[in-house]
Amino acid sequence: MTAATPSTAGATNAGGAPADETPTIHILWINAGLSCDGDSVALTAAMQPSIEQIALGDLPGLPKIAVHWPLIDFECGPVGGADTFIEWFFKGERGEIDPFVLVVEGSIPNESIKPEGYWCGFGDNPETGQPITTSEWIDRLAPKALAVVAIGTCATYGGIHAMAGNPTGAMGVPDYLGWDWKSHAGIPIVCVPGCPIQPDNFAETLTYLLYQAAGSAPMIPLDDKLRPSWLFGATVHEGCDRAGYYEQGEFATTYDSPKCLVKLGCWGPVVKCNVPKRGWMNGIGGCPNVGGICIACTMPGFPDKFMPFMDEPPGAKLSSKASGAYGAVVRRLRSLTINTVDKEPKWRHTGDKITTGYRPPW
Amino acid sequence: MAPKTKAAGDGSGLMEMAWDPITRIVGSLGIHTKIDFKQKRVAECYSTSSVFRGYSVFMRGKDPRDAHFITSRICGICGDNHATCSVYAQNMAYGVKPPPLGEWIINLGESAEYMFDHNIFQENLVGVDYCEKMVKETNPGVLELAERTEAPHAAEHGYRTIADIMRSLNPLEGEFYREALQVSRYTREMFCLMEGRHVHPSTLYPGGVGTIASVQLFTDYLSRLMRYVEFMKRVVPLHDDLFDFFYEALPGYEEVGRRRVLLGCWGALNDPEYCDFTYANMTDWGRRMFVTPGVIVDGKLVTNDLTKINLGIRILLGSSYYEDWEGQEQFVTHDPLGNPVDPRHPWNQHTIPAPQKRNFDDKYSWVMSPRWFDGKDHLALDTGGGPIARLWSTALSGLVDTGYVKATGHSVVINLPRTMTKPETTFEWKIPRWSNALERNRARTYFQAYTAAVALHFAEKALEEVRAGRTQTWEKFEVPDESIGVGFTEAVRGVLSHHMVIRDGKIANYHPYPPTPWNASTRDTYGTPGPYEDAVQNTPIFEENSPENFKGIDIMRAVRSFDPCLPCGVHMYVGGGKTVQKMHMPTGLSGLGG
Repeated sequence: MTAATPSTAGATNAGGAPADETPTIHILWINAGLSCDGDSVALTAAMQPSIEQIALGDLPGLPKIAVHWPLIDFECGPVGGADTFIEWFFKGERGEIDPFVLVVEGSIPNESIKPEGYWCGFGDNPETGQPITTSEWIDRLAPKALAVVAIGTCATYGGIHAMAGNPTGAMGVPDYLGWDWKSHAGIPIVCVPGCPIQPDNFAETLTYLLYQAAGSAPMIPLDDKLRPSWLFGATVHEGCDRAGYYEQGEFATTYDSPKCLVKLGCWGPVVKCNVPKRGWMNGIGGCPNVGGICIACTMPGFPDKFMPFMDEPPGAKLSSKASGAYGAVVRRLRSLTINTVDKEPKWRHTGDKITTGYRPPW
Repeated sequence: MAPKTKAAGDGSGLMEMAWDPITRIVGSLGIHTKIDFKQKRVAECYSTSSVFRGYSVFMRGKDPRDAHFITSRICGICGDNHATCSVYAQNMAYGVKPPPLGEWIINLGESAEYMFDHNIFQENLVGVDYCEKMVKETNPGVLELAERTEAPHAAEHGYRTIADIMRSLNPLEGEFYREALQVSRYTREMFCLMEGRHVHPSTLYPGGVGTIASVQLFTDYLSRLMRYVEFMKRVVPLHDDLFDFFYEALPGYEEVGRRRVLLGCWGALNDPEYCDFTYANMTDWGRRMFVTPGVIVDGKLVTNDLTKINLGIRILLGSSYYEDWEGQEQFVTHDPLGNPVDPRHPWNQHTIPAPQKRNFDDKYSWVMSPRWFDGKDHLALDTGGGPIARLWSTALSGLVDTGYVKATGHSVVINLPRTMTKPETTFEWKIPRWSNALERNRARTYFQAYTAAVALHFAEKALEEVRAGRTQTWEKFEVPDESIGVGFTEAVRGVLSHHMVIRDGKIANYHPYPPTPWNASTRDTYGTPGPYEDAVQNTPIFEENSPENFKGIDIMRAVRSFDPCLPCGVHMYVGGGKTVQKMHMPTGLSGLGG
């Protein structure tokens, strides 16, 4: 996934931002879906690259950006007055900031199922004094956005808040806008699932889009569920360091065992996610690799298709039985080999004779 | 958008102003005010939250063992507190006691959460309210004074003047701001070592944890913890200098965000030697927590008994978008000790959403009004963002003594051991004169040091277990057909309770009460305002700007001192019929010179 070298060979400033012909790219961040802000918070943990590296243009060829992000924004002035945060969103709607990327965090509730009121709002309508619903913001801003990015499983597919029995009719951004939706620049909705997102997964996707906007990377490669294919192409199990136990038919019967957790609720074999391979942050932590069953939090079927989480997945019964049978044979053969390779060759010893096979000339 | 000028339509001569959404907090909160610019005072305040998700609704009928995975998603910065609280409630309901090592691991994870969360909030969210750039735009006179004021503890933290401290807090450009971001990362690494991932843990279960307890695990944690201990030896004096300066520079600043001392703390960090998660013994093991529970009214400890605390919780409506559940079925009429349980108690709550238009004279928020009933009054307790209530409660009870931390009855003494470049250091948090914005912030820094100190104790206890070969971290359990449970802990921002009822092996009722519903609550059925409303409503205005350029920094400092955690919105109408439009990009992430 290497990006092409930027074609702007022009002067760069000390911050490493490209020459002035590249416009500032604004990022409008709406955290007011049905969300917990966990994806915003997770992004502050990213190190590859970090938010300060992105914001200060620390990577070569990144365009200048201005992020309007509720979590850490400086602006805090009153509505309509000095230093108003929400004004950027009205500017986006009026076409006064171009280009901008719209980031949506949280699921989109269905506002049409009730006579009045709002499930979630972001800022107020100056005409009515009532909150502007999040879905209305999406209607206003999506047509003008360079790209729409859904961050977290709620915004991508509905997530926890779209669980069976929920009162809000919650859904993901593609459900709301349409799975075939494309921005005026021809970019499909970019979905980075995870509950929350793995920090570097999102930082990397955002960086890719900024390179693409600067003209130095081709169209972002997405799979049929609109996920970046280089991040979500493999399953949890394919990157899990406990898969060796699975192959040997050794399954944990208690949660504090170092062995494979598939019989205790781990869905890793059928879940697209890179966490065990990548670690949670800085290579530390994770899920099944460190004793936490995979509850499939990156998947469109999450959470309902995986509950109760602590029960064995039905599909695991058959496959673990199979691996239990041949795994025992594999384990026996391996233990024989281990016995052999666990000993040093016999020519390593003290005494006055060399037995390595070398013939001394004396 | 062209907001119209709006004087309050009540002939009072007040100005209506609103902040929407409030940035540098978690989630969505709106603060709507009426400001009296003649008296330089906030006359009225309404707190509103504009997001409803309905956990208590969609959790009904689900498997109880799913509860901690689901409730973690309530909050994206303290979800692990919910997961922890939920496994506490499940342990009680299933009658399981985790192995001691499992509890030490949870304590180490939760300690790392405090260390991470308070740090990022204090330096990267709240700190910006006190940074050079902000002070220059709101109180230029104060900045001038700060330039001329030497920092009393410069030797400890390295910043010569107060203005140097303020500069170091400038978003992205400030050296200390960037350092704090890095600290927020390695503290999350500490968290992930114990609980798998942040903020929604992967290795927490009822009955214990899935974390593999090895020498490596605790070594990896301790080596980071010592870095943090050294960091706190600089940060405590740094914030003492900064906050003390504000009292000096702006006489009367103690009134900003001040309210009556009405603090709640539900206790945190259990001692596995005593905690068996039974309701019957909750009073005793609650008092053995490493943060002591307590209700404090006007500086006096009303109770530190978790059973009493539990029975006093009431959920009132009044200004929120719900139908009342009066007359609906009561799930729990008596607690396991035979005490009667009130119909307005979370065990008996029914959540019936009723979305409607916002009307500040009637219903205006998705937040309910939790109150604590002392037998006479429904008290609108606050948590002060968490730390001030935790330290106050722990100090008054005088029960905690681990060597690293000791409660004295009037203070909390924190002993930090020698680190790479700094000697052994002792800090003492003394009960302050006020419950106000600056003291909430100060307590946050002290509590970071407190948590680092108790974490040293937990790491030692955990290593003792490992060295003795007691490495089991999880205990088997069965889910009963009928049961109830309650979990009490301190989320980062304060009190957290989870009340669960199980029927036919499924969740019949589940009501989590995090701190923000207490702090951000609305006027209740008796007309009593919630803590933000109450604290902002009396806040004097020290900002030097005219109404046209007014930012409301004092109001923002008051609100942020509570460390809010919800979605928000406020409007400002400027006098004289003109809309102020400033075209600049002072956002924290605009890039330098962007």
